[in-house]
Amino acid sequence: MTPHKARACILRVGGTNCDAETKRACHKSGIEAEIVHSRELAKSQALLSYDFLIIPGGFSYGDYVRAGAIWAKELRAKLGKDLEKFVEDERPILGICNGFQVLIEAGLLPQIEGISVYPQAALGTNMPPGYNCRWIHLSHVGKGNCVFTKNVDANSVLKIPVAHSEGRFMFARRNEDKYIKKLLDEDQLVFRYCRRDGQYADGEYPFNPNGSFFDIAGICNSYGTVFGLMPHPERAYHRWQLPDWTETGLEPSYGDGKLIFDSVADYLEKRF
Amino acid sequence: MMYKARVEVGLRSGHSDPEGETTARSLIELGYCVKSVAVSKIYLIILEADSEEEAKTNLEDMCRRLLANPTKDHYTFQVETAK
Repeated sequence: MTPHKARACILRVGGTNCDAETKRACHKSGIEAEIVHSRELAKSQALLSYDFLIIPGGFSYGDYVRAGAIWAKELRAKLGKDLEKFVEDERPILGICNGFQVLIEAGLLPQIEGISVYPQAALGTNMPPGYNCRWIHLSHVGKGNCVFTKNVDANSVLKIPVAHSEGRFMFARRNEDKYIKKLLDEDQLVFRYCRRDGQYADGEYPFNPNGSFFDIAGICNSYGTVFGLMPHPERAYHRWQLPDWTETGLEPSYGDGKLIFDSVADYLEKRF
Repeated sequence: MMYKARVEVGLRSGHSDPEGETTARSLIELGYCVKSVAVSKIYLIILEADSEEEAKTNLEDMCRRLLANPTKDHYTFQVETAK
Protein backbone atom coordinates (compact mmCIF):
# COMPACT_ATOMS: atom_id res chain seq x y z
CA MET A 1 0.00 0.00 0.00
CA THR A 2 1.33 3.46 -0.90
CA PRO A 3 1.87 5.58 2.24
CA HIS A 4 -0.48 8.56 2.54
CA LYS A 5 1.13 11.74 1.29
CA ALA A 6 -0.20 14.84 3.04
CA ARG A 7 -1.77 17.33 0.64
CA ALA A 8 -2.28 21.03 1.07
CA CYS A 9 -5.11 23.07 -0.41
CA ILE A 10 -4.21 26.67 -1.15
CA LEU A 11 -7.48 28.51 -1.57
CA ARG A 12 -7.97 31.50 -3.80
CA VAL A 13 -10.71 33.86 -4.91
CA GLY A 14 -10.71 37.02 -6.99
CA GLY A 15 -8.13 39.36 -5.45
CA THR A 16 -5.90 36.65 -3.97
CA ASN A 17 -2.33 37.31 -5.13
CA CYS A 18 0.07 35.28 -2.99
CA ASP A 19 -1.07 31.79 -3.91
CA ALA A 20 1.79 31.03 -6.32
CA GLU A 21 4.59 32.02 -3.92
CA THR A 22 2.87 30.07 -1.15
CA LYS A 23 2.66 26.98 -3.34
CA ARG A 24 6.32 27.28 -4.24
CA ALA A 25 7.27 27.60 -0.56
CA CYS A 26 5.18 24.51 0.27
CA HIS A 27 6.84 22.46 -2.47
CA LYS A 28 10.30 23.56 -1.39
CA SER A 29 9.50 22.35 2.15
CA GLY A 30 8.26 19.02 0.77
CA ILE A 31 4.51 19.68 1.04
CA GLU A 32 2.39 18.66 -1.92
CA ALA A 33 0.08 21.59 -2.59
CA GLU A 34 -2.47 22.67 -5.13
CA ILE A 35 -4.27 25.94 -5.72
CA VAL A 36 -8.04 25.57 -5.64
CA HIS A 37 -10.68 28.23 -6.21
CA SER A 38 -12.89 28.66 -3.17
CA ARG A 39 -16.07 28.12 -5.19
CA GLU A 40 -14.65 25.01 -6.81
CA LEU A 41 -14.02 23.61 -3.33
CA ALA A 42 -17.52 24.58 -2.23
CA LYS A 43 -18.93 22.76 -5.24
CA SER A 44 -16.82 19.62 -4.83
CA GLN A 45 -17.15 19.63 -1.01
CA ALA A 46 -13.69 18.07 -1.02
CA LEU A 47 -12.13 20.00 1.87
CA LEU A 48 -11.76 16.89 3.98
CA SER A 49 -9.71 15.19 1.28
CA TYR A 50 -6.89 17.61 2.19
CA ASP A 51 -4.66 17.58 5.26
CA PHE A 52 -3.60 21.21 5.30
CA LEU A 53 -5.55 24.35 4.36
CA ILE A 54 -3.87 27.63 3.47
CA ILE A 55 -5.65 30.94 2.99
CA PRO A 56 -3.02 33.12 1.32
CA GLY A 57 -2.53 36.85 1.10
CA GLY A 58 -4.15 39.31 -1.27
CA PHE A 59 -7.21 41.49 -1.38
CA SER A 60 -10.06 38.99 -1.55
CA TYR A 61 -13.21 40.51 -3.02
CA GLY A 62 -11.44 43.85 -3.18
CA ASP A 63 -11.35 44.11 0.64
CA TYR A 64 -14.95 45.34 0.39
CA VAL A 65 -16.93 45.65 3.66
CA ARG A 66 -13.78 44.84 5.70
CA ALA A 67 -10.63 43.01 4.65
CA GLY A 68 -11.35 39.28 4.62
CA ALA A 69 -14.98 39.62 5.75
CA ILE A 70 -16.76 38.50 2.58
CA TRP A 71 -14.54 35.48 2.01
CA ALA A 72 -14.81 34.49 5.68
CA LYS A 73 -18.59 34.51 5.64
CA GLU A 74 -18.61 32.61 2.35
CA LEU A 75 -16.35 29.90 3.78
CA ARG A 76 -18.48 29.56 6.90
CA ALA A 77 -21.68 29.40 4.87
CA LYS A 78 -20.45 26.91 2.26
CA LEU A 79 -17.88 24.79 4.12
CA GLY A 80 -18.99 25.37 7.71
CA LYS A 81 -19.31 21.80 9.01
CA ASP A 82 -16.29 20.53 7.08
CA LEU A 83 -14.24 23.47 8.34
CA GLU A 84 -15.20 22.67 11.92
CA LYS A 85 -14.30 19.01 11.37
CA PHE A 86 -10.98 20.09 9.82
CA VAL A 87 -10.19 22.05 12.99
CA GLU A 88 -11.40 19.26 15.31
CA ASP A 89 -9.18 16.76 13.45
CA GLU A 90 -6.25 19.08 14.23
CA ARG A 91 -5.46 19.39 10.54
CA PRO A 92 -3.42 22.59 10.21
CA ILE A 93 -4.84 25.83 8.81
CA LEU A 94 -2.56 28.74 7.92
CA GLY A 95 -3.84 32.25 7.23
CA ILE A 96 -1.31 34.72 5.89
CA CYS A 97 -2.15 38.46 5.89
CA ASN A 98 -5.54 38.49 4.11
CA GLY A 99 -5.81 34.87 5.21
CA PHE A 100 -5.34 35.96 8.84
CA GLN A 101 -8.08 38.54 8.34
CA VAL A 102 -10.30 35.75 6.98
CA LEU A 103 -9.59 33.47 9.96
CA ILE A 104 -10.44 36.28 12.40
CA GLU A 105 -13.62 37.25 10.54
CA ALA A 106 -14.66 33.58 10.27
CA GLY A 107 -14.32 33.10 14.03
CA LEU A 108 -11.61 30.45 13.54
CA LEU A 109 -9.21 32.61 15.52
CA PRO A 110 -8.62 33.35 18.33
CA GLN A 111 -11.14 30.67 19.44
CA ILE A 112 -11.51 32.06 22.94
CA GLU A 113 -14.17 29.44 23.66
CA GLY A 114 -13.91 27.41 20.47
CA ILE A 115 -14.99 28.50 17.00
CA SER A 116 -17.24 31.54 17.27
CA VAL A 117 -20.20 32.63 15.15
CA TYR A 118 -19.17 36.28 15.33
CA PRO A 119 -15.57 37.59 15.30
CA GLN A 120 -13.91 37.89 18.70
CA ALA A 121 -11.13 40.13 17.43
CA ALA A 122 -10.55 42.51 14.53
CA LEU A 123 -7.75 43.58 12.23
CA GLY A 124 -8.54 47.25 11.82
CA THR A 125 -7.13 50.10 9.76
CA ASN A 126 -3.42 50.60 10.42
CA MET A 127 -2.27 53.21 12.86
CA PRO A 128 -0.69 55.28 11.35
CA PRO A 129 -3.12 54.84 8.46
CA GLY A 130 -2.13 53.63 5.04
CA TYR A 131 -0.64 50.67 3.29
CA ASN A 132 2.54 49.55 4.97
CA CYS A 133 5.00 47.37 3.10
CA ARG A 134 8.28 46.84 4.98
CA TRP A 135 10.56 44.30 6.58
CA ILE A 136 9.86 44.00 10.28
CA HIS A 137 11.15 41.94 13.20
CA LEU A 138 9.11 39.38 15.06
CA SER A 139 9.78 37.98 18.50
CA HIS A 140 8.80 34.34 18.79
CA VAL A 141 6.97 34.28 22.11
CA GLY A 142 5.29 30.89 21.60
CA LYS A 143 6.30 28.16 24.02
CA GLY A 144 5.90 25.15 21.79
CA ASN A 145 2.13 24.83 21.24
CA CYS A 146 1.98 26.17 17.67
CA VAL A 147 2.76 23.49 15.08
CA PHE A 148 3.92 26.18 12.64
CA THR A 149 6.81 27.32 14.83
CA LYS A 150 8.20 24.07 16.22
CA ASN A 151 11.44 24.73 14.35
CA VAL A 152 11.71 28.32 15.61
CA ASP A 153 13.84 28.76 18.72
CA ALA A 154 12.13 30.25 21.77
CA ASN A 155 12.52 34.03 21.99
CA SER A 156 14.35 34.20 18.67
CA VAL A 157 13.87 37.17 16.34
CA LEU A 158 12.65 36.60 12.79
CA LYS A 159 12.80 39.03 9.89
CA ILE A 160 9.76 38.80 7.61
CA PRO A 161 7.96 41.50 5.56
CA VAL A 162 4.45 42.88 6.09
CA ALA A 163 2.30 44.40 3.35
CA HIS A 164 -1.16 45.53 4.41
CA SER A 165 -3.36 48.45 5.36
CA GLU A 166 -5.70 46.62 7.76
CA GLY A 167 -3.52 44.78 10.24
CA ARG A 168 -4.11 46.47 13.59
CA PHE A 169 -4.99 43.57 15.85
CA MET A 170 -7.57 44.49 18.44
CA PHE A 171 -10.01 43.05 20.94
CA ALA A 172 -13.11 44.84 22.14
CA ARG A 173 -11.84 47.14 24.90
CA ARG A 174 -13.93 45.39 27.56
CA ASN A 175 -12.34 42.02 26.67
CA GLU A 176 -8.69 43.03 26.31
CA ASP A 177 -7.48 41.86 29.73
CA LYS A 178 -9.45 38.62 29.69
CA TYR A 179 -8.57 37.64 26.14
CA ILE A 180 -4.87 38.46 26.30
CA LYS A 181 -4.64 36.41 29.51
CA LYS A 182 -6.30 33.52 27.67
CA LEU A 183 -3.83 33.78 24.77
CA LEU A 184 -0.89 33.78 27.16
CA ASP A 185 -2.23 31.02 29.42
CA GLU A 186 -3.00 28.71 26.50
CA ASP A 187 0.20 29.50 24.56
CA GLN A 188 -1.75 31.03 21.66
CA LEU A 189 0.36 34.15 21.31
CA VAL A 190 3.04 33.24 18.76
CA PHE A 191 4.65 36.38 17.32
CA ARG A 192 4.95 39.94 18.62
CA TYR A 193 6.40 42.86 16.67
CA CYS A 194 9.78 43.82 18.09
CA ARG A 195 12.99 45.74 17.42
CA ARG A 196 16.04 44.19 15.84
CA ASP A 197 17.39 43.25 19.31
CA GLY A 198 14.19 41.46 20.31
CA GLN A 199 12.81 44.17 22.57
CA TYR A 200 9.04 44.42 22.04
CA ALA A 201 7.94 47.33 19.87
CA ASP A 202 5.60 48.55 22.61
CA GLY A 203 3.33 50.06 19.97
CA GLU A 204 6.08 52.22 18.51
CA TYR A 205 6.04 52.73 14.74
CA PRO A 206 7.63 51.43 12.54
CA PHE A 207 8.68 48.47 14.72
CA ASN A 208 4.99 47.81 15.27
CA PRO A 209 3.87 48.70 11.72
CA ASN A 210 0.13 48.96 12.33
CA GLY A 211 -0.58 49.84 15.96
CA SER A 212 -1.58 46.30 16.95
CA PHE A 213 -2.65 45.78 20.54
CA PHE A 214 0.12 44.13 22.59
CA ASP A 215 2.30 44.17 19.42
CA ILE A 216 0.40 41.09 18.22
CA ALA A 217 1.58 39.84 14.82
CA GLY A 218 0.50 36.18 14.90
CA ILE A 219 -1.68 33.93 17.04
CA CYS A 220 -2.89 30.32 17.00
CA ASN A 221 -5.81 28.41 18.49
CA SER A 222 -5.40 26.39 21.68
CA TYR A 223 -4.59 23.21 19.68
CA GLY A 224 -1.78 25.13 17.98
CA THR A 225 -3.06 24.00 14.57
CA VAL A 226 -4.88 27.11 13.30
CA PHE A 227 -2.34 29.88 12.83
CA GLY A 228 -2.74 33.38 11.43
CA LEU A 229 -0.16 36.10 10.99
CA MET A 230 0.05 39.43 9.19
CA PRO A 231 3.68 39.05 7.96
CA HIS A 232 4.33 37.02 4.80
CA PRO A 233 6.61 34.02 5.46
CA GLU A 234 6.36 32.99 1.78
CA ARG A 235 8.05 36.28 0.87
CA ALA A 236 10.98 35.54 3.19
CA TYR A 237 11.70 31.99 2.10
CA HIS A 238 14.41 32.12 -0.55
CA ARG A 239 17.71 33.93 -0.19
CA TRP A 240 16.99 36.07 -3.23
CA GLN A 241 13.82 37.43 -1.61
CA LEU A 242 15.79 39.04 1.22
CA PRO A 243 16.49 42.77 0.89
CA ASP A 244 20.21 42.41 1.60
CA TRP A 245 21.01 39.28 -0.37
CA THR A 246 23.34 40.99 -2.83
CA GLU A 247 25.42 42.41 0.04
CA THR A 248 25.48 39.27 2.14
CA GLY A 249 26.39 36.97 -0.72
CA LEU A 250 25.83 33.32 0.04
CA GLU A 251 24.65 33.78 3.63
CA PRO A 252 22.04 33.02 4.76
CA SER A 253 20.86 30.31 2.42
CA TYR A 254 17.20 30.87 3.24
CA GLY A 255 15.04 33.46 4.90
CA ASP A 256 13.20 33.01 8.19
CA GLY A 257 9.89 32.24 6.47
CA LYS A 258 11.22 28.77 5.65
CA LEU A 259 11.08 27.84 9.34
CA ILE A 260 7.28 28.18 9.31
CA PHE A 261 6.80 25.92 6.27
CA ASP A 262 9.38 23.39 7.49
CA SER A 263 7.68 23.22 10.90
CA VAL A 264 4.27 22.41 9.45
CA ALA A 265 5.87 19.97 6.99
CA ASP A 266 7.33 18.06 9.95
CA TYR A 267 3.94 18.09 11.68
CA LEU A 268 2.21 16.77 8.57
CA GLU A 269 4.76 14.00 8.15
CA LYS A 270 4.33 12.83 11.75
CA ARG A 271 0.58 13.33 11.93
CA PHE A 272 -0.71 12.04 8.58
CA MET B 1 -43.15 44.01 0.20
CA MET B 2 -40.04 45.91 -0.77
CA TYR B 3 -38.20 47.90 1.86
CA LYS B 4 -35.43 50.44 1.62
CA ALA B 5 -32.85 50.47 4.41
CA ARG B 6 -30.02 52.80 5.30
CA VAL B 7 -27.41 51.01 7.40
CA GLU B 8 -24.60 52.96 9.04
CA VAL B 9 -21.54 51.14 10.38
CA GLY B 10 -18.92 53.05 12.35
CA LEU B 11 -16.23 52.47 14.93
CA ARG B 12 -17.26 52.01 18.55
CA SER B 13 -16.15 54.84 20.79
CA GLY B 14 -12.84 54.19 22.46
CA HIS B 15 -11.23 52.69 19.36
CA SER B 16 -8.86 54.92 17.45
CA ASP B 17 -10.07 56.02 14.04
CA PRO B 18 -6.97 56.62 11.88
CA GLU B 19 -9.03 57.64 8.84
CA GLY B 20 -11.04 60.12 10.89
CA GLU B 21 -7.97 61.56 12.60
CA THR B 22 -6.14 62.02 9.29
CA THR B 23 -9.20 63.66 7.73
CA ALA B 24 -9.57 65.97 10.73
CA ARG B 25 -5.92 67.06 10.45
CA SER B 26 -6.40 67.79 6.76
CA LEU B 27 -9.55 69.84 7.37
CA ILE B 28 -7.77 71.81 10.11
CA GLU B 29 -4.90 72.50 7.71
CA LEU B 30 -7.47 73.82 5.24
CA GLY B 31 -8.48 76.37 7.86
CA TYR B 32 -11.64 74.81 9.33
CA CYS B 33 -12.24 74.79 13.05
CA VAL B 34 -12.73 71.01 13.20
CA LYS B 35 -12.58 69.22 16.56
CA SER B 36 -12.91 65.63 15.37
CA VAL B 37 -14.00 63.44 12.46
CA ALA B 38 -15.48 59.95 12.71
CA VAL B 39 -15.67 57.86 9.56
CA SER B 40 -18.67 55.57 8.95
CA LYS B 41 -19.82 53.43 6.04
CA ILE B 42 -23.36 53.74 4.71
CA TYR B 43 -25.06 50.83 2.98
CA LEU B 44 -28.30 51.52 1.09
CA ILE B 45 -30.10 48.21 0.86
CA ILE B 46 -33.28 47.29 -0.95
CA LEU B 47 -34.74 44.09 0.44
CA GLU B 48 -37.88 42.06 0.26
CA ALA B 49 -39.73 40.98 3.41
CA ASP B 50 -43.28 40.12 4.49
CA SER B 51 -43.36 42.90 7.07
CA GLU B 52 -41.27 45.75 8.43
CA GLU B 53 -40.59 43.61 11.47
CA GLU B 54 -39.13 40.86 9.30
CA ALA B 55 -37.08 43.40 7.35
CA LYS B 56 -35.61 44.70 10.62
CA THR B 57 -34.82 41.17 11.82
CA ASN B 58 -33.03 40.44 8.55
CA LEU B 59 -31.09 43.72 8.70
CA GLU B 60 -30.02 43.02 12.27
CA ASP B 61 -28.74 39.64 11.10
CA MET B 62 -26.93 41.18 8.10
CA CYS B 63 -25.16 43.61 10.39
CA ARG B 64 -24.11 40.95 12.87
CA ARG B 65 -23.02 38.42 10.26
CA LEU B 66 -21.27 40.61 7.70
CA LEU B 67 -21.58 44.38 7.72
CA ALA B 68 -20.15 45.01 11.19
CA ASN B 69 -17.49 43.35 13.32
CA PRO B 70 -18.84 43.58 16.88
CA THR B 71 -15.30 43.86 18.23
CA LYS B 72 -14.87 47.36 16.85
CA ASP B 73 -18.03 48.45 15.04
CA HIS B 74 -21.43 49.76 16.05
CA TYR B 75 -24.32 49.97 13.64
CA THR B 76 -27.69 51.62 13.23
CA PHE B 77 -30.31 51.32 10.51
CA GLN B 78 -33.57 52.87 9.37
CA VAL B 79 -36.15 51.09 7.23
CA GLU B 80 -38.96 52.44 5.10
CA THR B 81 -41.25 51.01 2.48
CA ALA B 82 -39.68 51.27 -0.95
CA LYS B 83 -41.75 53.20 -3.47
